[in-house]
Amino acid sequence: MIETRELCKQYGRITAVDGISFRVEAGQVLGFLGPNGAGKSTTMKMIAGFVAPTSGGAKVCGFDVEAQPLEAKRELGYLPEGAPSYGEMTVAAFLGFIADVRGLAGERRHQRIDDAVGRLNLGGVMGQSIETLSKGFRRRVGLAQAILHDPKVLILDEPTDGLDPNQKHEVRGLINAMAKDKTIVVSTHILEEVHAVCNRAIIIARGKVLADDTPDKLEARSRYHQAVSMTVANVAAAREALARLPDVDSVEVDPQDQRITAFPRKGRSIFGAVGDLLKAQGIAVSELQLERGRLDEVFRSVTQGAAKEGARA
Amino acid sequence: MNPIGIVFRRELASYFATPVAYVFIVIFLLLAGWFTFYLGGFFERGQADLVPFFSFHPWLYLFLIPAVAMRLWAEERKSGSIELLLTLPITMLQAVLGKFLAAWAFVGIALALTFPLWITVNYLGDPDNGAILAGYLGSLLMAGAFVAIGSCISAATRNQVVAFILTVVVCLVLLLAGLPMVLNVLGVVLPQFLVDAIASLSFLTHFQAIGKGVIDLRDLLYFGLMIGFWLYANAVVIDLKKAD
Ligand SMILES: Nc1ncnc2c1ncn2[C@@H]1O[C@H](COP(=O)(O)OP(=O)(O)OP(=O)(O)O)[C@@H](O)[C@H]1O
Ligand SMILES: [Mg+2]
Repeated sequence: MIETRELCKQYGRITAVDGISFRVEAGQVLGFLGPNGAGKSTTMKMIAGFVAPTSGGAKVCGFDVEAQPLEAKRELGYLPEGAPSYGEMTVAAFLGFIADVRGLAGERRHQRIDDAVGRLNLGGVMGQSIETLSKGFRRRVGLAQAILHDPKVLILDEPTDGLDPNQKHEVRGLINAMAKDKTIVVSTHILEEVHAVCNRAIIIARGKVLADDTPDKLEARSRYHQAVSMTVANVAAAREALARLPDVDSVEVDPQDQRITAFPRKGRSIFGAVGDLLKAQGIAVSELQLERGRLDEVFRSVTQGAAKEGARA
Repeated sequence: MNPIGIVFRRELASYFATPVAYVFIVIFLLLAGWFTFYLGGFFERGQADLVPFFSFHPWLYLFLIPAVAMRLWAEERKSGSIELLLTLPITMLQAVLGKFLAAWAFVGIALALTFPLWITVNYLGDPDNGAILAGYLGSLLMAGAFVAIGSCISAATRNQVVAFILTVVVCLVLLLAGLPMVLNVLGVVLPQFLVDAIASLSFLTHFQAIGKGVIDLRDLLYFGLMIGFWLYANAVVIDLKKAD
């Protein structure tokens, strides 16, 4: 369980985090989204107990990170931004060091290291010094370090940055597998990841929470939600016919691939009507799709809307 | 195992992970030998003791220990691993002590490797081994104070060169404060009790006192307090600067 209460962080005159409060329960995977410099990493650093908040506070599993730092840190696995580690150490020595600090000993130590190494496919590089690893492998070592003691709470700052598509898939699988009984917060710039791993997403910009919802609900805010896209032979005819449908609000044609999108009036569903219309008019359709909504568009409108308001204020 | 021990072991191993450690030890031994035999006139004096050997230690340490200590925290901040270290379940004090003890132990290893000199004097004559032991103890304590200063200053910057230079300057001031030449000059402008106070703050005064073979509790306390003070400052500096 993670709880933050009016977290603020001031760096000189820069306000990096400006009153962030949320609560994440076990079983939740919270995606932390926001443009560069939004304050995602700073918030995570404060929860992890690295940076002291200017005001407000955070709790990990009920332990206040400032008043009971050791107890809070024991419950926490943390992957800092950029996955820093000790370059001169071999992967094996590094994980051994973390295991020692985490108080793992004997059979359990072996078992936990083997488990983390297996999950992140580090078996082949155990003897290599970390500074000679590629960026993706370094990130995986950082992840292995974070999950080593099987913590109740995981905070991962851009865990899939720099991973190849296979490894991204693996890491998402890893997060999903751990999600059941853990509290997990991941920050990411990859929006498709939000769907793949998160059951809740918070969008922040300029240190403030702008949206806090499930990925599905966030997508529903998109104007693409429930829109119908299609590729047809006769674009002009289809466009005209669609525009005449009563529940269709507007029709757009992508200038690049000539793909047509019909947007419904608020709260209406048009998929059936569109299908019937195309059939009735005898318009040849090569592809027809019901849109769920586009997270990137929601992300843009939420964060840029806030920026405009900020500029006006 | 205690967290201090775990940090200590990792840090000490990291010294030996690169050839720099071996280069350092070789330079230390060469310089120690050169100072002793060449500048100190080890043979010419015709005495079986290690006085010339120990008398050069402060000056040897002045440049070598800042080089050992400069990476302690500066490197950690530069690579960002400080964020990892300080979010592990260890206290600041444990982290500071573990790293300090590792650097101190490293210097201690270099110092211990001068044992052939001790064998040589015992072979050549009949030295006062108690005094030699006291000399080693004094030297080790002084090294500890140097390392503590270097550790503290290394926490204030992420640039190792800056850390090195600042440490040399601070250590130099603390050494010069005990040099008779400097104290004489100060005696002209300052009242005697102030001169005494300054002298009593110097490494040199206490190191030489121990080196005479009389181990006074006050000298031990001096180095203990010196190390304690700088390590405390070290923790404060890290707290202030760690996220910059
Ligand atoms: N040590 C620091 N000193 C001064 N300002 C800082 C410091 N660390 C962060 N900031 C500022 O705080 C703000 C938030 O930074 P933060 O790293 O939390 O952003 P982020 O959301 O993680 O961005 P990104 O997506 O680029 O990782 C930025 O404006 C940044 O310049
Ligand atoms: Mg960040």
